[in-house]
Amino acid sequence: MSTKELVIEAGRTEKRYWQDLWNYRELFYFLAWRDILVRYKQTVIGVAWALIRPFLTMIVFTIVFGNLAKLPSEGVPYPILVFAAMLPWQFFANSLSESSNSLIVNANLVSKVYFPRLIVPASAVIVSFVDFMISGMILLALMAWYNFVPSWRIITIPLFILIAFLAAMGVGLWLAALNVQYRDFRYIVPFIVQFGLYISPVGFSSKVVPEQWRLLYSLNPMVGVIDGFRWAILGGESQIYLPGFLLSLGIITLLLWSGIWYFRKMERTFADVI
Amino acid sequence: MSKPVIKVENLGKKYIISHQQQNAKGYKYKALRDVISDGTKTFAKKILKPKSKETINPTQEEFWALQGINFQIGQGEAVGIIGRNGAGKSTLLKLLSRITEPTTGRISIQGRVASLLEVGTGFHPELTGRENIFLNGSVMGMTRVEIKQKFAEIVDFAEVEKFLDTPVKRYSSGMYVRLAFAVAAHLEPEILVVDEVLAVGDAAFQKKCLGKMGDVATKEGRTVLFVSHSMQAIAQLTKRCILLNKGGVQFDGNTDKAVGLYIAGQEDGTESPAFYQAPASKTGSYLASAQVHSSEDGVQMWGKAIEFEFTLQVDEPSDRLRFLVEIVNDLQQPVTKFWLFKEDAPFFTKSGLFTLRCQIPKLRLYGGSYTLRTWFFKRSAPHTLLESLTNICPFEITMGSVERPGLVGYEWKPNECSYLEDATWEISE
Repeated sequence: MSTKELVIEAGRTEKRYWQDLWNYRELFYFLAWRDILVRYKQTVIGVAWALIRPFLTMIVFTIVFGNLAKLPSEGVPYPILVFAAMLPWQFFANSLSESSNSLIVNANLVSKVYFPRLIVPASAVIVSFVDFMISGMILLALMAWYNFVPSWRIITIPLFILIAFLAAMGVGLWLAALNVQYRDFRYIVPFIVQFGLYISPVGFSSKVVPEQWRLLYSLNPMVGVIDGFRWAILGGESQIYLPGFLLSLGIITLLLWSGIWYFRKMERTFADVI
Repeated sequence: MSKPVIKVENLGKKYIISHQQQNAKGYKYKALRDVISDGTKTFAKKILKPKSKETINPTQEEFWALQGINFQIGQGEAVGIIGRNGAGKSTLLKLLSRITEPTTGRISIQGRVASLLEVGTGFHPELTGRENIFLNGSVMGMTRVEIKQKFAEIVDFAEVEKFLDTPVKRYSSGMYVRLAFAVAAHLEPEILVVDEVLAVGDAAFQKKCLGKMGDVATKEGRTVLFVSHSMQAIAQLTKRCILLNKGGVQFDGNTDKAVGLYIAGQEDGTESPAFYQAPASKTGSYLASAQVHSSEDGVQMWGKAIEFEFTLQVDEPSDRLRFLVEIVNDLQQPVTKFWLFKEDAPFFTKSGLFTLRCQIPKLRLYGGSYTLRTWFFKRSAPHTLLESLTNICPFEITMGSVERPGLVGYEWKPNECSYLEDATWEISE
């Protein structure tokens, strides 16, 4: 068997951390599997909840922004415009709330067993990803309803999904680590999610933002992600505002990198403070 | 000892415990508000009094849960870790299983460590028994293939095959714990760390668990670290024990000796006197004094006569008064007991102070330390207990007097057995 020597010392940076993460991939798989199984247990309509919530929000947004405020729709049916943004936003928002709570919910595991803690928020993001895939079906249904045929750009969608994933991961890691120590984030996160829905271009196209503010607006990492989704799904008139997109990408990279750094730094004390 | 698989050098773990200055109630979480307000306070202090260097913060105190721990454990050894609450046992296990990181020192471990710190860690109430076996197994570090191989064995051990597809939240607590232990017991790491898990299930299941743990250590040759407050379990499973006391190693060696020290230490370190004298404040009927007259001064030779002397204060005479004395070994198990059988005793009719003497012409208890436990009660249904005293009159029994013509230089070891009878052998051809 393995005769590898393991040395535990104060302040020792675990060289084998990433390898460990790989060794524990099964736990990662099981945690995600558990959360997916548990998510809709003892509910009557089960997985349909993943469809109903975004669907209703989409209807409200279409009515408010499309029909009442009469905002421009980039030449596509307004529900599709909204839903192309609703998908990544819901994914981001769910990941945020799930992963920020993930360590607290799994406190008994964290304080009793060793494993790379990074697994916990990461598997929370995966669970939200499953919801994302399910609500993706609504988009397909909408497209069929409006006889909307996407252009070739739709094949780039995995790239934008990946970007959304990294954004959710970066912010999720920050919030998860902070929430262990400061339970204030329990109240801050729902606020971020609620607030973010309105400052991100979910209900409207980001074109409605005046040109001189667009770069500043792109400081919100979800702006780049949502614009990317719209560009890939809607095709046609939809354009990416390149400087803004690159800025969003930069912010996402920074968030992810610093999130991992902060999480790793705090990780060693999680069991003591949780 | 074979080559060490666990080597611990100068290990220490410090915690900062905070005391709230003004109101101590409800201080649970570190809230951002406190950090900000404390931060500004210290910042303001620094600005106002730049000279006073880091004054000791009265609200925070360093607490060393463990300090200066050194030991080595060899391949295939089963080692018990004992100590009173707060001695640092759990912290030590947490450090060994990498849950938290040490403040000082170094641990080096050869091989995979699995810790069984609490039965049922990672069980999810909504999932079925079957799902939980997989989940729990993976939490403990088993691979899916391993779990599949052991699945039947685990279910069999836990005796829950009927309820495999029921969510565990509907399990009885016994079933829950059995399932959890079964998963844990089928782990196959090189080093197994077990924390107080045997206190589960009914007596039969406990026996099964003990047997399983014994197998893991002896038959399968794995290194086991075992924490328990059950001295019987410790004595049964381990030969070596590390006794922790206030964050340090008090004793490391033979289990019997460690257990003895542990139990002796439980009496707050105060040596109980060789005789018992009731406090002056006692009223009613009670044991006024107790004393052991051993064969030598302070030590009892095996096979020699011993006498226990008690004085009873009786204020309400009754023909239902009974007295009973037990000899208790250092594992707190009663070894033998003596009833006072008298059809007619003076305190049946009279009140006052009475002296009782109990003589044993040949005491054949095996060498070791013993104490007395007394029961003074009134027979009725149910019995009315007047007074019961434990751990009084400690005395030692030595085997020095026993002659062994054929075995010169044989060393008597304590706790080899509990009783040595006089016997004659006849050999015929």
